[in-house]
Amino acid sequence: MSTTILDPTGETKPATIPRSPRPESLAGLTVGLLDISKPRGNVFLDRLEEHLGELGAKTQRFAKPTFTKPAPVDLRHEIATSCDAVIEALAD
Amino acid sequence: MTTLSDGLHIFVKRDCPTCELVVPVLEQLRSANGTVQVITQDDPAFPDGMVDVTDDTELNLSWHNDVETVPTVVLVKDGVEVERTVGWDRPSWEAVTGVGELGPELPDQRPGCGSLSVDPSNADALKVRFGGSVLHSRRVEIAALEDEIEALYDRGWSDGLPLVPPTEARVMRMLEGTTRDPQDIVAVIPPDLVETTVEKIAINTVMAGCKPEYLPVVLAAIEAACTDEFNMHGLLCTTMGVGPIIIVNGPIRREIGMNSGMNVFGQGNRANSTIGRALQLTVRNVGGGRPGEVDRAAHGQPGKVGLCFPEDEEGSPWESMAVERGFSPESSTVTLFAGEAPRIIVDQASRSPESLTALLAQGLMATVSPRAVMFNDAILVLTPEHMARYRDAGWSKARFRQELNRCLTVSGASITRGVDGIEAGLPPGFEEKQLSKFNPDGGLLIAHAGGPAGLFSSVIGGWLNGTMGSMPVTREIMR
Repeated sequence: MSTTILDPTGETKPATIPRSPRPESLAGLTVGLLDISKPRGNVFLDRLEEHLGELGAKTQRFAKPTFTKPAPVDLRHEIATSCDAVIEALAD
Repeated sequence: MTTLSDGLHIFVKRDCPTCELVVPVLEQLRSANGTVQVITQDDPAFPDGMVDVTDDTELNLSWHNDVETVPTVVLVKDGVEVERTVGWDRPSWEAVTGVGELGPELPDQRPGCGSLSVDPSNADALKVRFGGSVLHSRRVEIAALEDEIEALYDRGWSDGLPLVPPTEARVMRMLEGTTRDPQDIVAVIPPDLVETTVEKIAINTVMAGCKPEYLPVVLAAIEAACTDEFNMHGLLCTTMGVGPIIIVNGPIRREIGMNSGMNVFGQGNRANSTIGRALQLTVRNVGGGRPGEVDRAAHGQPGKVGLCFPEDEEGSPWESMAVERGFSPESSTVTLFAGEAPRIIVDQASRSPESLTALLAQGLMATVSPRAVMFNDAILVLTPEHMARYRDAGWSKARFRQELNRCLTVSGASITRGVDGIEAGLPPGFEEKQLSKFNPDGGLLIAHAGGPAGLFSSVIGGWLNGTMGSMPVTREIMR
């Protein structure tokens, strides 16, 4: 005889979100630089900012309040509405 | 058919001496009133030789009419039960049946036996069959030739140890442990941020091996773990080997048989071993927090399978950890702590409380890193033999804290980067300061537990503390 059990999972598969189209070039675009607030993330992002400037991109800096928690929804919204692309820096 | 027609109905079973005893009475009633319905639970041939006996071996009538004892006599009029008597009691039977002089050769009174419909080996299955399922979870069928335990592994639900298959009957029995509705939302579980119901938690609690009376502890632990203060999401993501540790205080510790004595952190007690596992299985299966995926721990620690222990309050001269945190001694609580594995601090020499305190402080200084101050919280678990030093000296918990804090103060100069050839430490600028290892406002939790012999206390180091990381969270356990 077969056994019937109950599914212990949340029974929700996260919806697949299509990736945004990749830009052909960064020239003239605004790139958000998100520091997740780990030590020396600023060192990494400073260097990236220099390179992006050479490619003709504008940059905006953002930081999460703490690396241990997901970015607050308002911060995500601000980045999404003011930038064309975002680079998230994880450092230590 | 689940309802009884108008008239007299008598529930019996062969495996009941009282039912055997009243067989002459049943025959007497049958000849006085031909419509008496005799309903037999275990053997349709009982009573021997009687015709038109109703077969209730499926226990359908018994269950739907709340029969708890056999024999039970029920009188129905106009579709409504008007009288009932259980066991054998001549005056009651005569009153219900309206027939006098019943069983003159019988004793006046005999208690009945348990109805098969409430027999513990049947009750859960009958509730599922007849009760109408209140459970919403998807049903998963395991084929007859499939091994149940292997099937649960194959579906990715296990933490590495075997799971108890969560059948509907087991989950229904688990839900008896709480008064909460199965569909109540308890928490939003990270990392997938899934709203979890009492039912989903009960399923994982069955799989963990818990008894129903542990369920309220599990529910409170999950509520506490899924607060912003505790930050279960961060605890999963961190590469540090920390996990959610549950400390139980209050009367429920004894009621569910937890072990606060010998081998308190170890194996051997069902409640200690399975409550923490139920929390971790819920995080894994409902929230999607699996090692190697969102759980990024470099080493992890054995307690991540589940670590739950109670404080030995009865053996302690001090107020409990929960009372210190603002709860009454009569309330049962869980405290969630983001911690590494327990580590022993040995001191078999100190005879004075001052000496022992100074040594314990040195052990506590080493949690996370001897160079870290105000970074992490910790739990100090004093054993009875270490506690005896403080009891004998008449130290209160407040006095102990005061002396310990003094010993946990360190000069900035000694832990600055580069000192003693060690590159880790404080940046320059703190050399002249005296710094406290722990946040004086609740950064060090102190509990009493362990076996009666052994001059070892234990310390459990924490993770990044405060609003940046995780704060200990205490919740009252609601039954």
